[in-house]
This record gives sequence, C-alpha cells and structure tokens, in this order.
Amino acid sequence: MWTRTLFSPKTDIPRSLYISLSISSVLVVLGLWCLLTYGGFTPPDFLATPVEVLQAAVKRISNLSLFEHMWASLTVIMSGFILASVFAVPLGILMGSFRAVQAMLEPITGFMRYIPVSALIPLLILWVGIGFEQKVMVIFLGTFFQQLILISDVSSRVSKDLIDCAYTLGAKRGQVVRSILLPACMPGVMDNLRVTMGWAWTYLVVAELVAANSGLGYMILNAMRGLFTDVILLGVFTIGILGLITDFLFKWLRQRLLPWSAEF
Amino acid sequence: MSQLALKDITVRFEPKGKPIVTALDDVSLSVEHNTFSVIVGPSGCGKSTLLRLVAGLETATSGSLMLDDKPIIGPSADRGMVFQSYTLFPWLTVRENVMFGPKLKKLPKAECEAIADDLISAVHLNGFEASYPKELSGGMRQRVALARALANDPQILLMDEPFGALDSQTRQLMQELLLEIWQTRRKTVLFITHDIDEAIFLGDEVHVMSARPGRIKSTLNIEIERPRNIDVLTSTSFMEYKREILSLMHSESLRAAQV
Repeated sequence: MWTRTLFSPKTDIPRSLYISLSISSVLVVLGLWCLLTYGGFTPPDFLATPVEVLQAAVKRISNLSLFEHMWASLTVIMSGFILASVFAVPLGILMGSFRAVQAMLEPITGFMRYIPVSALIPLLILWVGIGFEQKVMVIFLGTFFQQLILISDVSSRVSKDLIDCAYTLGAKRGQVVRSILLPACMPGVMDNLRVTMGWAWTYLVVAELVAANSGLGYMILNAMRGLFTDVILLGVFTIGILGLITDFLFKWLRQRLLPWSAEF
Repeated sequence: MSQLALKDITVRFEPKGKPIVTALDDVSLSVEHNTFSVIVGPSGCGKSTLLRLVAGLETATSGSLMLDDKPIIGPSADRGMVFQSYTLFPWLTVRENVMFGPKLKKLPKAECEAIADDLISAVHLNGFEASYPKELSGGMRQRVALARALANDPQILLMDEPFGALDSQTRQLMQELLLEIWQTRRKTVLFITHDIDEAIFLGDEVHVMSARPGRIKSTLNIEIERPRNIDVLTSTSFMEYKREILSLMHSESLRAAQV
C-alpha cells in the first residue's frame, strides 16, 4: 500500500518515513566514509577518518582558534553580503518596475553576472589592496549582480492590477511605490536574500585565497599545504553548518517579519 | 442630466510589427445617477478597456469622457473599482485594506475605523477584521474589495467582472449581496460581465457590446421589479430578456470566433 504513495509524484509520505529516509541518507554517506578510511582503502593524506576530524575539531575548539576563523569569515561574508543587499534591493526593485532604470542597469548587470569573481581578483588587489576590503569586495561582487537580477525579477512580477487598484483608491505615484510596490516585493526579496546568502558562503574560499591570515577559507587552504585532510574536512563542515544556521535564520526572519505572506 | 457621459470613444492599439487593433470604435454611452448599468459582451470586445477608460487607467485615442460634467483625467478616488483578479493588499488586514482609501484622504483614525467597520458588517465579514487576505476564500476577498472601493464613497463604482473567478453558487450569493448593498446605499454602478444572467439579474440597463471593434450594439431597459431575488432567474420576463441578449450575442460570438 505505502509503496504506491512512495512512487506517486507529489504525494505525501508519513512523517516518520520522511525522517527515517533523511537520517539513513546521512548514515549511508557516513558509513561509506568509515568504510573507505577504516577499511584502509584510502591513505590518511587522501581522506581523514571521522574520528580524526572530531579530534581536530576538539583541539581547535578548546584553543578557540576555530572561533577566530569563524569570526573572521563571518565578518567578511556579512560585510560583503549586507553591502551588496543595501544597494541591490532598492536598485533591483526600481529596475524591475521602471523601464528607464532597467535600460540603464540591464546591459551592465547582464554582462557582469557571467564574470567569475576570481577573474576580478587581480584588479581588486590593484584597486583596494590585499586587506579586509579586498575580501569583502569579492563577496560583494559575487552576490550583488545576482541579487540585482533576481530582485528586479521579483519587482517586475508584482501584479499591475495591485498598482492600478491603489490608483483607483486615490494613491499618487510616490505612494504607490512606497505603500504598494515595496511591501509587495518583500517576500520575494527575503527569499532571494536567503538564496544569495547561500551563494555568498560559496565565495568564501575565493575571498580568502589572497593574503589571508585567518578565516575558514584560509584554514582550509593552509591545511592543504600540509595535506591535513582532517582540518580541511573540519573547515568544510564548519562552513556547511554555518550556512545551514544562516539559512534557518532567514526562514525564521521571514516568518516573523512577513506573517501575511503565503507559506513557501 | 447623465452622471457619466462617454462620447465617440475610439481606442486603437498599435502593437509593434502587427496590424493596428481597434478595441473600441465610436462608443457613446451615458449612465444616469444612482442607476445600475451593466455592459455585457463577448470576450475581447473591449468592455474592460471601456471600464479602465472611465477609471482613468487608460486613455482614449479620441472622444470625450465626462463625469458630472468634468472631463476624466487619470485615476481618482471618486471612481472606485473592483477588479476581477484578487487585488487585496496581502500585507494589510481586512480592516486595513478597507481603510486604505480613507487613510490616503488623511481622515482622522477614528473616522477611518468607523467607515471600515460599517462596511465590513455590510459585506457580512464581522469577525474577520484582523485576518489577512491569505486566510480568506475567493468570495470573501471580493467582498472586502467591494467594501474597500465603497470606503472612499465614490461617485461611481466600477466593477470589472468581479465575480468572474468565483464558482456559480458563490457568484449568485455575491450578486444578491451586491444588490442588497446597492439598494441601501444607492450608488451609480457600471458593471462589466460576459455572463448574461448576471447582467439581467443586476442591471437597470444592459448594454450589449459587439465583438472587435467594440461597439454598443443595443441597450435594454430591464424592467424587473426590485428587490430582486433568486426567483427572478426563472421568471418569464427574465427569459425574454435572456433570449433577446442571447441572439444579439450569439451572432457576435460567431463573428469574434472567426477573427
């Protein structure tokens, strides 16, 4: 009976089954990892064992160095992401609803979003040096143009009827932008900030490629030189967990700030 | 004197690289104070364009539009509109939606609330004041949209197939509710529909439009006594009006299908 629901598209399955399937997929990966390492199929400088990664974690948590790296990375990511969002949200909303703004921004945005951020690193070094600013700029460039396109799309999909309706209720153009267009964009803006926050994390290692002396990306790159696969994996897991936490925060924030919007 | 007077209205669209479309061709129409006028026509006859002209959301290529002897220029709170699509502002509660117009007019808060509460009970939505639109059914949303349009106390109420997306039972109930409100508040209403039953049931006057280019083909005075209830739908006079409009519209629909 339950195989029928299991193999029908878009059909719910029991929650218990859902959870056990989720857990087992994680266990399978963990099991494979154990098999490869403890089974002697891979040398330690190719893949560290789970216990080695745990030991590396305990060591770096107890001497607080992991937190230093986390803090360094978080400040870079948050600065770059917030800077990008502060400009991309208003510009994107205008770009999606005002043809003139669209005409001005679209060629540049369309071009820039295909440029790999790593290709701009040499220029960034020449322009802003190799310090904190350079790392923030990598995150900024990696997210800004993507945000602009996504938020412009959100804005262009705001129903024209909603805006016309406000006019017939006596709203003027400025009021329509402030009290209709802006709030109507908010759920889409939040969703896309959440998505691009994920992308910002993926730029972390690129950001810390040059002249870094702390940060999770730096920790990973540094460990590579000594083939410390346990530290590399620790860095990877830390980034993954921090990413999950920020994602969860965004979900929570959306529900708190926009209780009126449909669930997603 | 008519309240709303449209004279020789022509609307042409010129899409890029396509032939010119004449949506409305020399349409003249007048609507008297406190009457319920319905425009019925096949899809694509330009009836929505006509309503949007009156709302000030579109401009005519030629012709004149006068409301109370003043030319219509752009949208304004004196012409309230209910749309076919759900246009409640999702971030506002039912009450805040209804208060939207009065608040723009900078009326005192207490007065805005009094207007909203009065209209919310007129559309039988007491108890839903603090609900968000996502929690309401389609019929309830359109009732709020009606209350919101009425909150501005407009000179004319424009309705663009407002019940088009509802199921037929809900639609019937909404028509009765609309008449009940209209009976007590006496507003000039201009109502667009493609549903002949709806047109006869609601209207004092039914204007039948022809397919593209849109013209007013015929105007019928519906002399069915008010208040009207569901029994009207099966009366002989109703059937006769229906037969007449059907035959007018049938030839039009055939013509429209060929275009």
